Amino acid sequence: MAATTATELDNPLTAGLERQPVAPTTLVIFGATGDLSRRKLLPALYNLAHEGALPERFHMVGIARKHKADEEFRTECEEAIRRFSRRKPDDAVLSGLLAGVRYVGGTFDDDAVYSKLGEILDGFDKEAGEALNRAFYLSTAPSFFPVIVEELGSSKLARHEHAQVRVIIEKPFGTTLQEARELNRRVLAIFKEPQVFRIDHYLGKETVQNMLAFRFANGMFEPLWNRNYIDSIQITAAEELGIGSRADYYDSAGALRDLIQNHMLQLLCHVAMEPPVSFTAEEVRNEKVKVLQAIPQPTAADVSQMAVRAQYGPGHAGGEDVPGYLQEEGVPEGSITETYAALRLEVDNWRWAGVPFYLRTGKRLARKITEIAVTLKPVPHLAFSQAGSLGVQPNQLVLTLQPNEGVSLRLGAKIPGTRMIIRPVQMEFLYGTAFLSQSPEAYERLITDAMRGDATLFTRNDEVEAQWCICDPIVGTWAQTPGPLAQYEAGSQGPEEAAGLLREGDSWRAI
Amino acid sequence: MTVTSDAVWSEQGTTPDAIEAALRELLFERHAEDEHFVPARVLNMIAFVDRQWSGEIANRLRGVGRYHASRLLVLSYEPGRERLDARVMIASEGEPAPGEIALLRETVVVELGDRHLDDLLTIADPLVVTDLPTLLWSPHGHEEIVEVLLELSQAVLLDSVEEPLAREALDRASALSAQAYVVDLAWLRSTPWRERLAATFDPPWLRRELRSLAAVTARHHQASTASAALLVGWLASRLGWELGPLAADGDALAGSARAGDQDVALRLEAAPELQVPGLEGVTIETASGLRLGLRRGTGGLRANWRDEHGEEREWTIPGASRGEAGVLGEGIRQALLRDPTYVPALRAARTLLP
Repeated sequence: MAATTATELDNPLTAGLERQPVAPTTLVIFGATGDLSRRKLLPALYNLAHEGALPERFHMVGIARKHKADEEFRTECEEAIRRFSRRKPDDAVLSGLLAGVRYVGGTFDDDAVYSKLGEILDGFDKEAGEALNRAFYLSTAPSFFPVIVEELGSSKLARHEHAQVRVIIEKPFGTTLQEARELNRRVLAIFKEPQVFRIDHYLGKETVQNMLAFRFANGMFEPLWNRNYIDSIQITAAEELGIGSRADYYDSAGALRDLIQNHMLQLLCHVAMEPPVSFTAEEVRNEKVKVLQAIPQPTAADVSQMAVRAQYGPGHAGGEDVPGYLQEEGVPEGSITETYAALRLEVDNWRWAGVPFYLRTGKRLARKITEIAVTLKPVPHLAFSQAGSLGVQPNQLVLTLQPNEGVSLRLGAKIPGTRMIIRPVQMEFLYGTAFLSQSPEAYERLITDAMRGDATLFTRNDEVEAQWCICDPIVGTWAQTPGPLAQYEAGSQGPEEAAGLLREGDSWRAI
Repeated sequence: MTVTSDAVWSEQGTTPDAIEAALRELLFERHAEDEHFVPARVLNMIAFVDRQWSGEIANRLRGVGRYHASRLLVLSYEPGRERLDARVMIASEGEPAPGEIALLRETVVVELGDRHLDDLLTIADPLVVTDLPTLLWSPHGHEEIVEVLLELSQAVLLDSVEEPLAREALDRASALSAQAYVVDLAWLRSTPWRERLAATFDPPWLRRELRSLAAVTARHHQASTASAALLVGWLASRLGWELGPLAADGDALAGSARAGDQDVALRLEAAPELQVPGLEGVTIETASGLRLGLRRGTGGLRANWRDEHGEEREWTIPGASRGEAGVLGEGIRQALLRDPTYVPALRAARTLLP
């Protein structure tokens, strides 16, 4: 083969195209009949197909425990797509997508499954006349992650000559620091880190990516974005719903594992990270890891001072009486799983020393909202009278991620009239008013990125371990502290105990 | 987009000031009625249309769904008209869901005649939202009006396949592109084809084949020579070919380009069976014997690949047709983007067409 130069390797045809090419790929979904696959993955694949965004050559293989024929699986895929797709499927596109879909039934530790899978993958390569990339999507219970990875290794499916092999691993990536480290060890014994794509679907949301654009494409904020001007930062992820039918999962996870360890720490990283040199996967993730490593790992003694947990009790939501967590169907009697968690963290680096980062999340709170509130320090001198008004309050910049993605800034403004009386007003920007395009589902972006080998929106091994270093002592201390937990009324602002985390003069924003 | 909420104002013998005041008042009323009604602030669009065809244009614009400009100003021209009449409509996608916003989109229709054309800017200027980009569309020609309204616009929407002569259409696009960003629907119809060609030749072992292309054939709707020329022009501009004019060869245009030290045979063929504007297929052959054929199919593009040993494979690349309404919507969206490859492709396409 003749040597090639960098110029020869550039593809001159990709300039100006919004959609960059994705190499021909076979996607294998483990847990293909599960809830995530039906609700998210299959509809995402359909929407990519609809938009012509799948690779030139694309094949899919589903793997799950139950034995069934390819045709039966295709019918199930079609039903799931018709039910959960964000757009009404085009019949021709849908049948084209599903026409070659294959299914392998069997347990994930059964060598025969991988032997059969290997035959199918080789068949696709032969049909295409080239070695297709392979992406293994692990959408199973977490206990199967190492099993599947090791089976892929022992059946020689973790490498493929002349093509890329990638493994996409759903959350949770471990439930403790030790588990996360052990899982990393077992995965990285088979795959190299650049082959591993750990999903945190929050990172695939346009709203989260917009935070980076907001911070790093607008020069006006950067001079203020440090301890000299910022007083505190609050990150809230509140749900008005309860646990629904997810008691099994939720009771084993709790609010801290479910949202703080992954999603909310990611939000914190996006707020606190330094501008990366470039938006490559390694540079972005390097900066996020630095933030996580700057958060002191709490000791058991620290936990009661910097973390609060609680459970929702009976209350009201949406005008209806709703049960408390312990009365929800499927929740074990006397459960001490938290449905609310709040933390006060500090990022001990030059930029953020002394600025408290308050994080809180909970089920059955007053309403659904995810936001980041950045409170600036008050002005050093006030020339105006505070009498007769709400007074001058510090500026507050609120980045709302859902439901109405936008940015609002609290400013002081003069009340019309003859006196110089100031009150706070809101200057609001809503993303929905400023763009024509509909945001793709997070999984559409993440599946495409994984097939392209772009890991920017995925969690790296040291990143996930750094997240666990922060959360593990809290999880461990809570597990050893007997209940009952503090209660908050369903539909309320959360437990009163959360106020105990706040520095004097600080308050939680109304949810 | 289901439009379920409207606020309407109209006046005969009106003025731009009165229209603008009505817009502000209607927006204020809608917001006061429910604070979750908020005006979209993305893009102004000015459409200068002949009144007799304004219904057809309104229908086309209704089909663009969420790509409706946040403020659409329709200047409906009727030669003998003396009076300035106007209608303002503010529509939302529906009632706001609890806790969510509902976007308001504004449509202003101004009926005007010859006597208003000299002062057209003073009519249109107060009616576009300041600081938003403005897209200009004049589907019925009126080049002199376009020149006037360009002063308010950063982008111009046109469709090179709608002109009777492809070369004149491309010349016109070229002239406009010197003054504003041109969104050419003929170019947008070629996007899926360009994406697929880029993807096919993306694997490193195939990229070098781009340097040894031997033949390109583009098949197109009978009236869409401009689309085919733009596609071939795109390849030529991206790959640095030297071009000369193609010559008539029966119903086709044929000729060659110089790519390094080899020639590339070029052919633009009409496809009488194609009922919609745009491309029917493209075939590319390399000096080493590879051949890629793409053609329209049900549920996506049908690909045909012949390798260097002569072995052929066929498959479908899934993708839904956008339809003409989708192409127009995409044109409106593209007014907010910038594609640096269009003008070089346009320049090359003009060279190709005699």
